[in-house]
Amino acid sequence: MSRSDERAAESTAVAESARYRRESVDLRRTLEVVGVSLVGVLGALMIGFVALDWIRHYPYAGTVPGLETLYAVTQIDPAAGVLFEQVLIAGMWVDHFLGTNVFQHAFMWRSIATGVLVGIVAPLVGTYLVHRQMALIGETLAHTAFAGVAIGLLVTAVIGFDGSLLFVALVVSILGALAVQWLSERTSTFGDVPIAIMLAGSFAVGTLLISWGRGFMSVAIDIEGFLFGSLAVVTADGARMMAVLSVAVVAIVAYTYKQLLFITFDEQAARVAQLNVSGYNTLLVVMTAVVVVGAMQVLGVILVAGMLVIPVAAASQVARSFRETLYLSILIGQASILGGFAFAIGLSLPSGGSIIVVAILFYLLSIALSILSDRSSAAISMH
Amino acid sequence: MTAVVDVRNVSFSYGEQPALEDVSLTVESGDFLGLIGPNGSGKTTLLHVMLGLTRPDAGSVELFGQPVDAFDQGERIGYVSQKATSQDSTMPVTVRECVRMGRFAHVGHSRLDDEDREIAEDALETVGISDLADRRINQLSGGQRQRAYIARALASEADLLALDEPTVGVDAESRDAFYRLLDSLNESGITIILIEHDIGVVTDRANRIACINTKLYHHGDTDSFVESDALSEAYGTTGTVVHHHH
Repeated sequence: MSRSDERAAESTAVAESARYRRESVDLRRTLEVVGVSLVGVLGALMIGFVALDWIRHYPYAGTVPGLETLYAVTQIDPAAGVLFEQVLIAGMWVDHFLGTNVFQHAFMWRSIATGVLVGIVAPLVGTYLVHRQMALIGETLAHTAFAGVAIGLLVTAVIGFDGSLLFVALVVSILGALAVQWLSERTSTFGDVPIAIMLAGSFAVGTLLISWGRGFMSVAIDIEGFLFGSLAVVTADGARMMAVLSVAVVAIVAYTYKQLLFITFDEQAARVAQLNVSGYNTLLVVMTAVVVVGAMQVLGVILVAGMLVIPVAAASQVARSFRETLYLSILIGQASILGGFAFAIGLSLPSGGSIIVVAILFYLLSIALSILSDRSSAAISMH
Repeated sequence: MTAVVDVRNVSFSYGEQPALEDVSLTVESGDFLGLIGPNGSGKTTLLHVMLGLTRPDAGSVELFGQPVDAFDQGERIGYVSQKATSQDSTMPVTVRECVRMGRFAHVGHSRLDDEDREIAEDALETVGISDLADRRINQLSGGQRQRAYIARALASEADLLALDEPTVGVDAESRDAFYRLLDSLNESGITIILIEHDIGVVTDRANRIACINTKLYHHGDTDSFVESDALSEAYGTTGTVVHHHH
């Protein structure tokens, strides 16, 4: 073979391999988009369940005039109640075939719904948080939320209104988020020290309030459930709040995707481009607080930050672009939630620990994958 | 014609430590300004003040004729910060994603359209890294990464390019190619402000020099700077009393 032939053959081979590469990239992207769409459908179904769970009690029927007639005319009454029954009956069949005692209970569905939504929004917000090196802030906000739960308990005991617990936790956590943001903007050099102090401080306040409140509180609340996460701790109110917050968080991230990406990647350049950097920082921290309060129900205060960080860390090992990191984080997050639930249900263990252990398995797997692919790409570039 | 940057009587100090004292200078459209001075002389601080990243203690700054606080045409400035060459970021962002950020100031919250994408591809082409578009930016060499950031500035169709020691840690060959790129961009009408510790590079390329060590020692064209003794004054008198010869 002459030299020019050889060169031509070589360039054909190069073109071939480039085409092969492009095709495999396209396939990979297609798979990711399909996966994320499936997660989206699952999330929508779960929101549907939570909505059904709400509407079957015919909310505000007694207070808003005309609403009762509306429910009757539109057949929502009794359709919603009947449909809800059907879901639980279907759950019974599932239990029958799997030999479990899970899917026939409404409270388990609420936990699963909350978990699925956490598996979407926690990695979504976490992707920005991790790459802004704000992981400690997630942890801090979880502990602030614990103080919020304690304050919520006191409020519940005093005014006797049961639904306010998580709402108070949410408000306290958002206030904590604003405080953290204020602190981190004013302390540049040792920025994480005041935040670490706030982490310990809010948890300390939480424990003090709970011990103090025990003296006169009549409601028994599962503190361990909030600390370590439990499938039984999710109430209908909690699931509904999670549904509303998830829709809000996904909508906000979709709307501000570019701005959040720019400030995460190059804050100074974003500032020069006249983006409202501290505004978007505040938005990100507040969204984190919101996610943390929702996720706290199934993951527990101590483990909640893991869900913000671990799926993202796993995805960042293997992802080739930021968008792919976002998709893979959500896929890994969702797989961790579902795998963790299966583990927790199968062995009657706490959900929080199970989810985090599964997430860490994914993380180790992605490290192994990235080492392997580094090796193979090194082999390719040797030629 | 309004100046690109107009700095008037600016002072700034970090606590007790003055970084800038009564600095005034003007950058005209089409200038290639080299900003030089010893380490810790306030070069970066001055650049940050010019871009509105740092608010001066005294004095005023105008960008394209607008007071810097009210400046709202962020897309007109391309900024490459000092840390851009360091590889500490593990964030998985591709070169293409980085360059498209140049369009973000144009589109706001709406989606990038085909024209935006085309402008980004053209910018990649101009700096000669189209073949690296799908690579993660933290896997590039220092010189390649600088080109990516320049491409981002080009994609934003910036009139002013501000670069803070862009070639630290970049090998000599890539550095020469990089400065040739800056030359051709400057010839096409883009104003450039360049912080560079290698004075030889600056005097070769820039048509104006600002030599600073807390105070401004020289601001004028490059030839008059080479003839003056501003360099030895600024560099040789660090920390000692300066005698002015009026």
